[in-house]
Amino acid sequence: MKVKSPLEIYNYLPRTNCGECGYDTCMSFAAHIIDRSAKVLQCKPLVEDAEKNPKAKETLEKLIEITSPEIAEVIIGTGDNAVKIGGEEVLHRHELTFFNPVAFFYDVWDTMDDKDLDERCSKVVEYKKFYVGQFLTLDGIAVRCTSNDPKRYREVAKKVAGYGKPMILVCLDAECMKAALEEVADTKPLIYAATEGNWKDFLKLALDYKVPVTIRAKDLNVLKSIAKTFKEAGVEEIVLDPVTEPLGEGLQGTYERVIQLRRTAILAEDKDVAYPIMITPIAAWLMDADDVTKAYWETVIGSTFIVKYGDIMIFRSLEPYSVMPLVLLNYNIYTDPRTPVQVEAGLKEINNPTSDSPVFITTNFALTYYTVESDLTSGGISCWLLVLDTEGLGVEVSVAGGAFTSGKVKDLIEETGIADKVNHKYLVIPGLAARLAGAIEDDTGWNVLVGPVDSGRIKGWLEKNWPPKPKEE
Amino acid sequence: MAKKFTLEEFLELLKKYNVEELEGVEIEGDLEIEFEEGAGIDLTALTAAYTLLSEFGNFLYHSNMALSYLQRLSAMLGIPTPFAMPAMPPAPAVPEVAPPIPEVKIPEKLVEAKFEPYKMEYPGTIEEVTLGATKSEGGTRGYTVTVGGEKSLPFYIFDAKQEYLPVIAVDVFDMRIGLAKAVRMHYDDVMDDPAEWAKKAVDKFGADLVTVHLISTDPLLKDTPVNEAVKVLEDVLQAVKCPIIVGGSGNKEKDPKVLAKAAEVCEGERIMLASATLDEWEMIAEAAKKYDHVVLSWTQMDINNQKTLNKYLLKRAEVPRENIIQDTTTAALGYGLDYAYTTMERARIAGLKGDADLAFPISSGTTNAWGAREAWMTESPIEGDSDWGPRELRGPIWEIVTGLTLALAGVDLFMMMHPGACATLKEISNTLGGRIKGGVADPGEWIFMEG
Repeated sequence: MKVKSPLEIYNYLPRTNCGECGYDTCMSFAAHIIDRSAKVLQCKPLVEDAEKNPKAKETLEKLIEITSPEIAEVIIGTGDNAVKIGGEEVLHRHELTFFNPVAFFYDVWDTMDDKDLDERCSKVVEYKKFYVGQFLTLDGIAVRCTSNDPKRYREVAKKVAGYGKPMILVCLDAECMKAALEEVADTKPLIYAATEGNWKDFLKLALDYKVPVTIRAKDLNVLKSIAKTFKEAGVEEIVLDPVTEPLGEGLQGTYERVIQLRRTAILAEDKDVAYPIMITPIAAWLMDADDVTKAYWETVIGSTFIVKYGDIMIFRSLEPYSVMPLVLLNYNIYTDPRTPVQVEAGLKEINNPTSDSPVFITTNFALTYYTVESDLTSGGISCWLLVLDTEGLGVEVSVAGGAFTSGKVKDLIEETGIADKVNHKYLVIPGLAARLAGAIEDDTGWNVLVGPVDSGRIKGWLEKNWPPKPKEE
Repeated sequence: MAKKFTLEEFLELLKKYNVEELEGVEIEGDLEIEFEEGAGIDLTALTAAYTLLSEFGNFLYHSNMALSYLQRLSAMLGIPTPFAMPAMPPAPAVPEVAPPIPEVKIPEKLVEAKFEPYKMEYPGTIEEVTLGATKSEGGTRGYTVTVGGEKSLPFYIFDAKQEYLPVIAVDVFDMRIGLAKAVRMHYDDVMDDPAEWAKKAVDKFGADLVTVHLISTDPLLKDTPVNEAVKVLEDVLQAVKCPIIVGGSGNKEKDPKVLAKAAEVCEGERIMLASATLDEWEMIAEAAKKYDHVVLSWTQMDINNQKTLNKYLLKRAEVPRENIIQDTTTAALGYGLDYAYTTMERARIAGLKGDADLAFPISSGTTNAWGAREAWMTESPIEGDSDWGPRELRGPIWEIVTGLTLALAGVDLFMMMHPGACATLKEISNTLGGRIKGGVADPGEWIFMEG
């Protein structure tokens, strides 16, 4: 956004500290607008005033303009499943954060038979991968028109819409596209794509059906030119596709175009190209190779542009080895670097533990904690889990760096009063903290059992090691 | 210092020596260059270019490797090569667009606009560091490897030329160790012989360098005495022609002694000593300086610590700038990769913006990717997860995506293991670095493809 300081926003606000926005003061509200955790429209007095008074309306519009993100936001789909893309402010995540993760769409085509179509759509809808306390999912389905038959395309678009996921309609022919839009425009699909050859028809479609539109052109002058034309004609939601070339100097050229588009949008403030960017890793399937190699290369292209400025992508491979690394990379790159990913330290009860249950210890790094917690929970293990404050570091790093020490373990045991809740004195420490075993025994007086290196193996480990054989004195 | 040549540059050079054709010169598979007796070539001219010719052999060898990387990928993944895919049917012709119905709101013509890319120039340059020394430089290596020299962000070759692209050092251990199955299957036959291991990594898997980890020196493992442990290095130097990196066991007390001795026995070879840390840097830096080796400056995801350690090496130990590579630590995809990425990216940007204390090439222990459970576990331990699929295919891509992400942050040297991962990472680096020609005829064909 243009403004950098809450003061610049504060001057536009009522300055009454009425609190209706949910923040105590107008200044606090302004600060939250700056870090994008609050929206201007949350200020009720300002909005109400604008409805009555043209001058206030002008102020509100001005405020919205100066606080809008550098890269425009586009919403695809409706309701709970809608996906928001774009809205980025910076070129490097450490400068602030990246906001809206890349939206992943998987292709189907209208000459598929119904059984295959259902199978593929279901796979997209059902995919989930547990990570940091939640399940990650896929965003939507891209429906390609390969029949050239408006009737068939319309029918398949309708069928796919039934899965409730956001859609991209992939078709360069205006007549087929129109047929599909007549059926599914109310689900707000993204249409793909307006080109130098069909732009007039697609401009009309985007305006008539009020749907977001992708503009596809390898020549960035043409791309900008069409975007400017569409914007001036009243299209609100635009996505830019600078054409993904999958191999060789073509891919190098793609990398250049994507970086130039985003860098020019943000640093040169060229608003005509400040839109979300479409990448089509599916183009890897044009190469001459076996399926695994194509899927690997598709993943490589996807990864490159998750890191570098892609906002929405169309993929082919639904193989777990393609999807899993991509969804995790997307999550990692879009994690807010400003807030350390930690959970609260202390004692957690897993599956109603009793006084006979084992006691485990782990760190408060969110990823470590959730991994251990979900392994214990889904493994049906009743136990006590001590969570040590390692300042958000994982086991290995915190042991090496001195944030996981026997002294801190002793304090945690005392603070949580775990000794009163169990009838034994056995503490299971992570395999990666093995070197602290002796020191913890000396400092706490508890017996230390060194658990497995990966918490996924706790279940098997317990079968052999719990209840513990008493130590021979 | 040996220079790497592109094919064009080399041919230019031959012209300079009036060599029009390479008639009678054979470059064989094992890279021996032979001259046929009585070949019509002015040998005097060629003598001067002889060292260049061996460079050329080296170049050819590596470019051939690159060409075949992807072709060999599926074999490296340990899966049978599927039947060749039938050729893609020709794309149906783009249907003719019906003439637009004139409407008031649709303009007749596109608004003219010119895209003017934002120009970016950084004041700083990343240090160039060369590993290995050839005979003329006092060593015995067949070639040297140079990293660094960047003037802009990774692969931003439209900003500034990137002369050196990332290189790959394959890990070799001085004793049999536990490895993920997908990795072990490639090294099982050589794991009891580090020299053979190194040879396989270079000859079969196209490693630019090898890293010899002397982990048997760990008191908790074999506690191999220092003098005995370093003998392995002599075997490896005999077995391969590439520059080498030497690592310890991670034991704070013993590593400095191991690395100091390694520096001594490898005198003249310009190896890299891995690693100096904030706890133990003096002895390693001293040894590196005395025997002219490169030091790896290693810290744990903290840019300030990295700066501090680099300063110690530069100012207190007076290690020359061209002898330092830095490593801010690699975390696997899904296990802190975002921290690793951002620390490296910040270090690189700081270096380019003129912070000389951070303007060093970056090394990554990409093998860490195999620590992610997604890379090696047979199936998900989490109830409710979608099927994870075969781990033989998950592991290598985990190493690739971890490495690629960090390549985009600025990594110059990857320490890796899986041959398919090495090949793919090399291919994408060479592609983004502008070294792979060609592409597909029509990148829009996927829009229409059936199936």
